Parts: sequence; structure tokens; C-alpha cells
Amino acid sequence: MNKKSISLTQLKHQKVLLIWAAVIVVYGVVFYYLPLAGWVMAFQDYKPVTGLLHSKFIGFDKFIRLFSDVTFLRVIRNTLAMGVINLAVTFFMAILFAILLNEIACQGGKKVVQTISYLPHFLSWIIVTGILHDALSGTGIINQLLLNFNLVEQPINFFAHEKYFWPIVAFANVWKETGWNAIIYLAAITAIDPSLYEAAAIDGAGRWAKIKHVTLPGIKPTIMILLLMNIGNVLNAGFEIQYLLGNGLVVNVSQTIDIYVLKWGISQGDYAIGTAAGIFKSVVSIVLIVICNRIAKRHGEERLF
Amino acid sequence: MNKKKRKKISGADLAFRIFNTIFMIAFVVITLYPVLNTLAISLNDGTDALRGGIYLWPRVFTWKNYTTVLQKDNLITGAFITVARTIIGTFLALVSNAILAFIVSRKDFIFAKQVSLFWVITMYVNGGLIPTFLLYKSLGLTNSFAVYVIPGMISAFNMLVIRTYMKGIPDSLEESAQLDGAGYTTIFLKIISPLCKPVYATVALFVAVGQWNSWFDAMLYNRMSDDLTTLQYELMKLLSSVTNQSSSAESMKNSNGSVTPTSVRAAATIITMLPIICIYPFLQKYFVTGLTLGGVKE
Repeated sequence: MNKKSISLTQLKHQKVLLIWAAVIVVYGVVFYYLPLAGWVMAFQDYKPVTGLLHSKFIGFDKFIRLFSDVTFLRVIRNTLAMGVINLAVTFFMAILFAILLNEIACQGGKKVVQTISYLPHFLSWIIVTGILHDALSGTGIINQLLLNFNLVEQPINFFAHEKYFWPIVAFANVWKETGWNAIIYLAAITAIDPSLYEAAAIDGAGRWAKIKHVTLPGIKPTIMILLLMNIGNVLNAGFEIQYLLGNGLVVNVSQTIDIYVLKWGISQGDYAIGTAAGIFKSVVSIVLIVICNRIAKRHGEERLF
Repeated sequence: MNKKKRKKISGADLAFRIFNTIFMIAFVVITLYPVLNTLAISLNDGTDALRGGIYLWPRVFTWKNYTTVLQKDNLITGAFITVARTIIGTFLALVSNAILAFIVSRKDFIFAKQVSLFWVITMYVNGGLIPTFLLYKSLGLTNSFAVYVIPGMISAFNMLVIRTYMKGIPDSLEESAQLDGAGYTTIFLKIISPLCKPVYATVALFVAVGQWNSWFDAMLYNRMSDDLTTLQYELMKLLSSVTNQSSSAESMKNSNGSVTPTSVRAAATIITMLPIICIYPFLQKYFVTGLTLGGVKE
């Protein structure tokens, strides 16, 4: 912090810190930085026998192959589409839920609703997709309701039609994360100066007016920063649920970049093409994060609180 | 309740309250119904459940689904491994993240900034699935228990959460201990850590839930080792067997008579989520703290 020169006694004094820091950095190098060396594979005619060091370099061949593959282009579309849809609906629902929950006057009821709202976040995607299968099956609640209200003649097989896949994924994300994502907005709402509400009340503002003119502007910085942080993650938004819910009938809309990497890289053993697809995703993500950080900085919103 | 002072409730206000109440009730129903429905199916006769029409209450009550689950060897193994990885993994992650956070939150430590940055970078850049897979393979981590607890041990996010909390502890405490001749180890163990209990609980909760719920590592690295399977991975296998055979589910009747893949999976699902449902309501204040702390980056 201060510009002290590093003396030998200081080093001696900090010996224990230095040793631990060294151990932890070595761990980090092995588990987080060493895999980056594997990126070389994408530019090689990689063979497990020859390894990273002795495989022949072939330049951007794998990338060219990747982008001339119709499947991969479709996979990019799916990843982006689901990423954006999920981001939009989960954001909207979390903010709506936080604002409405905050308006509940009965503290006991508020607490109960909030506790229940966290529950799905703690359940694994395995459980959530299992539950979805039950709810959307032929004898499940959704089809029963549709039949009872005569909206359909036959139960719908939701998992067999491409048009239902993205909405199901979006709904599952909303179901799982709304309560959890609302935590941060509720914290931001709590931090709003109560005198602003009092002033608004004196001016004759009703509930809607207060929400519109006090609550929403109050949490706007939080919304902006979370939005920017999440845009950078938009390509990371798809693996588990798509992998678990996808099937042969909807493969055109369900496959994401991560699934593509898994399929080509691990199952088919084409490490190089899998790595190339992974690199593409990482690079796009990093570019998005850098852009978003720039925007956040320009608006002077580097921090959340 | 506390706004009784406002005497008249305007029409718009009343409409808002009604709308809000309906919204919250719908929210709670949509959240809880699927879980309660799974519970009802798990307590219902399997073949009978195939007829449908089971909502919140079992029609033909039975424990058979649970006894079937508890007789499956791989589910028992999975449960054992899951408990082991949750306990060991959480312990290792907590200790290592706490040590790292302690190091980088020392204002006088000469490399504090560099070590911090070294970890923050890992939040944004990673090698991806294939290079990581090959690395673990060459390190001998495949088909081992270690792959569950070693690779994810330190995470920049958890480190930042603890660091932010530690930075909020007044320097004076540490300085007076230093004057008494306490070294860093003593300060960490005797002064900082006892004060960090809330944030430790938060991080332990995050890690424990992640450990309990993970299945991908079991599938990717330990697919060949049945003795290293996890509860979630077994549940996943049950799910795929259900979806692949749901049409012929009735023919799946085995020696247990009326047990179907769907009903067995429901029972396994309930068993898997039970520990979490029992624990999380009591830890609310911890994860709320954790999320708000995690928001502060630098």
C-alpha cells in the first residue's frame, strides 16, 4: 500500500505467508493455467500418441472446419438464443419478484414466501429436469390442466417438439433461480433511503408511483451492473439442462457449444476440434466481458454496493 | 401491518394488494407443487401411478419405492460417496480459500496484489473442457475420489467473498496481537478465523451444495468406477432409463411387483433432496450475506 521498500527483515517476517502463497500459486498454475497450454491442440494435427509437444502444427484448419460445419453454426445459434432468452426472463422475473415481495406488509408472510423461493436453487439440475419430466408428461399436471380446460384434445408430448424446447428451458431457469436472484435486489431495495418513500407519499404517490419513481431508480445501478456481468456469461448459460432434457427429436434446437465440445471432444475423441470450439466460446466470452466492463466503467458503476 | 397509520386505502392500492397476493400465492404454488407431487408419487404404488391423476396425495399408499431404492447397491454407494465428498470437499475448500483470503488481505504482504490478480484472472479465463480433461487424466485423477475434491478446491469467487469480509475486520485487533509477539499463524487461527465464522459458514454452504449436487464429474471422470458413483449421477441414470422406457414402463414390473422406474426415481429424488430441504432454511442469513459480499469485486 504505502511505498515501503521491501527489507530482508520484512521478508523473514512474512516467511509463512510467502510459503503458503507459493503453495497456492503452484496449485493455481497446475489446475487453472496449465489447461490453457492445451489450447495449442486446436492448431495442431493432435494425436494423443505424439502429444502437445510433437504433434504437427496445421494452423487454423480446425477452426475453418468448425465454421464450415452447419451443425456448429446451429449450435452457436442455440447457445446464443437460449442464453439471451434465459437472461431476459430470469432478470425480469427476479426484479419483479423482489419488488412485489418488498411490498408485502405482513412480515411473517414475506419471510415464508422468501424461504420457499430459495428452495429450487438448491436442487440439482438432475432433480429439476426429473420434476419437469413428471409435470410435462402425458399424465402430468400441465397436460391434465390443458385437457380439463379443453384446450387440447390429446396430451401434448412437450419433449418431442422443437418449438417447446426453448420455452421449457427458460421456464426451468425462472423456476430454479428467481428467488435466489432476487436476494441481491431485495438487499438493494432495503438500502434505499426510507425518507424518499415518505417524501413520495407526501406528494401523493400511490404504490405504483412509488415503485416507478423510488424503488426502480433506487435499484437501477444494481440492475445495470448485474446485467453487464451476466451478458459476459451469456455463452456459459447452457449445458446441464440442455444436456439432460435434450433428445434425438429436438437435437437441432437443444445442442449448445458445451454439449458440442463434449460430444466431439470426449465421445468422438476429436480433441482438437473440441478444443477449438471451446476456444471460440472463451474468446467471445472474454470480449463480451471486456466490452461490458468498459461500459460499466464509463457509467461509473464498478462496484455493486 | 405496520402501515396502519395510513387510514384510507385507495382503490388502486387495494387492487395492487389483491394482485400482489395472487401473484405470491401463484409463485408459492408453482414452486412447491412439483416437489409435493414427486413426494406423492414416491409414496404411491408404482403401477397405479401410471394411470395418472396423482397430485398432492398418494392414492395407493406404499413404502415399497423407498425400500426398493434402499436395496439398490449403487445408490447406497452413491450416497456414501456423496456424503464423503461433501464433507471432505467442503473442509478442504474452506481451509484453502480461508488461507488464501487471509494472505491476500494482509495489507503488509508484499505480493498481496499479485496473488489476488492471479486468482481473479482464473474467473474469466479457463482452458475449457478438453484440455482440463486431458490434464486430469495425465495427473491420474480419473477414476479416483480425488477428482471430486482437489480440482475445485480454491475458487476465486469464494476467496473474494472471504477476503471482503476479512478486510472489514479492524486492523487494531491484529496490531495489538502483533505487539504481543503473535505471528501470522496465530493471528489467522486465534484472531481472524473466530471473527470470520459467518463468512466461513456462507462459503461452506456454497461449496457443500455444489458438492452434493454435482454429477458431471462423476460421469466424465469416474464413469468406469462403479464404487465412485454419486447420488446425483445415479439419479441421472434413473432419469434416462425412465425417459427411454416410459412407454413400456408397465413391462418394467419386477420382483417387487408394483414398482416402476418413475416411482423409484421419485423416491430417489426425495431422498436426495431431503437433506438440503432440512438444512437450507436455517442458513438463510448466511447465504444472503455471501451474495451481497460476493458482489464487491475489487
